[in-house]
Amino acid sequence: MEMGRREFLKRMGILGGGIIIYCGIGEKITSAAQMPQMPGFGNTPVDYNAFVRIGTDERVTCFVGKIDMGQGTVTSFPQIVAEELDVDYESVDIIMGDTDLCPYDFGTVGSMSIRMVGPQVRNAACEARGVLKELASEYLKCPVDRLQTKNGAVFDKANPDKKVTYGALAKGKVIEKHLKELPPLKSPSEFTVMGKPYLHQDARDKVTGKAKFAGDLRLPGMVYASILRPPAHGAKLKNVDVSEAKKIKDVQVVQDNDLVAVLHKFPDEAEKALSKIKAEYDLPGTGLDDKTIYEHFLKVPVKPDILNQAGDLAKGRGLAKEIFEETYLTPYVAHTPIETHTGIADAENGKVTVWASTQTPFPLQESIAKTLGLSKEKVRVITPFVGGGFGGKGSPNPNRESLAAARLAVLTGRPVQVAQTRAEEFFYDTFRPAAVIKIKSGLDGSGNIVFWEYDVYMAGDRCAEVLYNVPHHLVKVYGGWMSPPAGAHPFGVGPWRAPGAGNNIHAKELHMNMMAEKAGVDPLEFRLKHLKDERMINVLKAVADKFGYKPARLPSGRGIGMSCAIDANTYVAHMAEIAVDKASGKVEVKRIVCGYDMGLCVNPQGTTLQMEGSCFMGMGYALTEGLRFSNGEIFDRNFDTYHIPRFSWLPRIETIIIQNMDKPPQGGGEPGIVGIGAIIANGIHDATGARLFNLPMTPERVKAALKKL
Amino acid sequence: MVEKISFKLNSKPVSLEVDGDRKLLWVLRTDLGLTGTKFGCGEGICGSCTVLVNNEATPSCQISIKDVAGADVITIEGLEKDGALHPLQKAFIEHDALQCGFCTPGMILKAHSLLTENPAASREEIMKGMEENLCRCGAHPRILDAIETAAKEMKGSR
Repeated sequence: MEMGRREFLKRMGILGGGIIIYCGIGEKITSAAQMPQMPGFGNTPVDYNAFVRIGTDERVTCFVGKIDMGQGTVTSFPQIVAEELDVDYESVDIIMGDTDLCPYDFGTVGSMSIRMVGPQVRNAACEARGVLKELASEYLKCPVDRLQTKNGAVFDKANPDKKVTYGALAKGKVIEKHLKELPPLKSPSEFTVMGKPYLHQDARDKVTGKAKFAGDLRLPGMVYASILRPPAHGAKLKNVDVSEAKKIKDVQVVQDNDLVAVLHKFPDEAEKALSKIKAEYDLPGTGLDDKTIYEHFLKVPVKPDILNQAGDLAKGRGLAKEIFEETYLTPYVAHTPIETHTGIADAENGKVTVWASTQTPFPLQESIAKTLGLSKEKVRVITPFVGGGFGGKGSPNPNRESLAAARLAVLTGRPVQVAQTRAEEFFYDTFRPAAVIKIKSGLDGSGNIVFWEYDVYMAGDRCAEVLYNVPHHLVKVYGGWMSPPAGAHPFGVGPWRAPGAGNNIHAKELHMNMMAEKAGVDPLEFRLKHLKDERMINVLKAVADKFGYKPARLPSGRGIGMSCAIDANTYVAHMAEIAVDKASGKVEVKRIVCGYDMGLCVNPQGTTLQMEGSCFMGMGYALTEGLRFSNGEIFDRNFDTYHIPRFSWLPRIETIIIQNMDKPPQGGGEPGIVGIGAIIANGIHDATGARLFNLPMTPERVKAALKKL
Repeated sequence: MVEKISFKLNSKPVSLEVDGDRKLLWVLRTDLGLTGTKFGCGEGICGSCTVLVNNEATPSCQISIKDVAGADVITIEGLEKDGALHPLQKAFIEHDALQCGFCTPGMILKAHSLLTENPAASREEIMKGMEENLCRCGAHPRILDAIETAAKEMKGSR
């Protein structure tokens, strides 16, 4: 730890007494922590990654570097603490994503919060319980093995009146303990909090307007900045005339290298002043648009990574009686959180504090320090309520609003807020990359898949692996969202909720149905025949049961689509019922059933919300979302042309969680979205016989596919 | 042009010296410090900035402050009465009808307006009435459930 011990304890508020338990990342977790290789990720030494404080006021505080943007970990982390520490859930507070108070974290991405940090929080809470018992043994003059904990107190099993509260034990003590050995955790049969449904802990603040998002914070003397933005990616500023903007009362214009900003005490006045700035740009043009991009991808030089390889493709081809070859195209998709990127910065005495709507406060702290030429310790990033992120609000997204706010705060000496407009939000999004997927496969005379040749361009490897039993296969990955090949994309790309998985599953599961149809086998039976993993089989069967699925050959006319996947280590299956209006080409999703086996599900309520939300969000990339652009110019700038799911689209969404409490918790926020493109495409085929190889499945595309029949 | 504009805000009279052409959203959020009303799209197409003007849901990013002179304006901060939550607020909590919570104030006020106009709204009518309010997290099924529950309670208390 870089800060002094005393300073740290002061920040923790335990100088007057309290107990802190740290928990470091174990070896097993370290490899997972190093998995993301994005800039700023995994390159900072990790001392510990979770800790719990027991205050003298009987309140317990859990500190984690993750952030909550609606996914509900603000509720499930305290559940974990309450369980292992034997305290009331209501007595647990949580502080998240504050670089001065919380342990380093690379970012809230990849459904990894509970999956990676959950076990550490649990260990810390468990260890704290052990420490409290030792202290109580001394205090109550009673051997440890006679002591038991309940509701924030330690008592003598033989004489329950002989007890002491945790807060009383913490009084007058400053105890730090760094956990070295894994303590004995509770067994699932003892759980009273984990595995039980809990409502959003922060809902009251959210329904009353008290929840403060970054843009809601007010600092004395704060001004709002609007920033000059180019009309297209790749544009170069030739000249700029700010004289008209300067004429507006109380406006401050800042020009600092590439940064041209207008500041005012009212955001709307700053925006008005910005519109008075005249700027000329060189527009080199990329020649790429939303139609030519796919051909371009195939020409980008990139050495593929081999993800899976088995058997011998030539041999597999030789065994095949039927060959299936298809290309699947998916467009760029935007994150569009309803809260646009917002940051506030305050520079004082050489220290900069930034409140940012970010998923990656620690990497942002580093990049702000680098931008300002400060040491990291001089920059504090605080993450207030975050209004949705979906992968778009942190590294590799640079949080340029917060960087600009920090620069402007230093340049002007005033606290500065920068909130992106909706057009900026679209323009500077790190989009889900468009992708091309080519699949060749074959069936033998008995309806077995004998080979599978899979090439994915730009979507990445997530969910690209071979899920089914196929003796001869080769999966090649040509570039991904994480480190796109140079020259591939005309603008920024990044992770979009289960990055790449939706693209891969759409292609794979559509291809599966194509083979099932040819084999003359019911698509559920076809999948089960080729699956080997028991947990995957269980989830798929559970979803089929809940759906009331009856076997039939494709296309059955019923409009049923299905898919299965393993995403974020969670087993997920989907089924849907789709109706197609053949005259208009309009697709209606009537019902979705989604099932998870995520190991231990800490909060079934929160997980259910994530499943419902991700299923519904997925309908957007399936049916309408696809960014329109040309030569670096983004044509979609607001929700009038870029259509996200709305109330009238709502199907009946049902969820199943298979509790597997003995197994570690896996991802919850993303797996629910991965199969939505696939189940809708498969449902359209089952309803009409038409196959939609490209996303989104707009009415025009549905009509065109119907015409081909 | 700076002018004096008076209106009722969350049941209390307010008077401002303000450029009458400024949008209500920004006056609420900056001059008046009521940040529960959110900026989402700036063009009146996402519903995040919804407030009640004379009981009618209005996108505050589209209406000028001078246009609410003499009107009765209610924001999310004005729904709680003496520490008691409005039935819609309670129902949103009970049904877990939110995730990130950013669209929530707009959703609640839109629903308020809808139920004021049609206290016996069917689920279908609620769905249609809420169509213009966007949520990216996908809390939609629970928002509909919450509005139905609140509608029952609001009818009962009439």
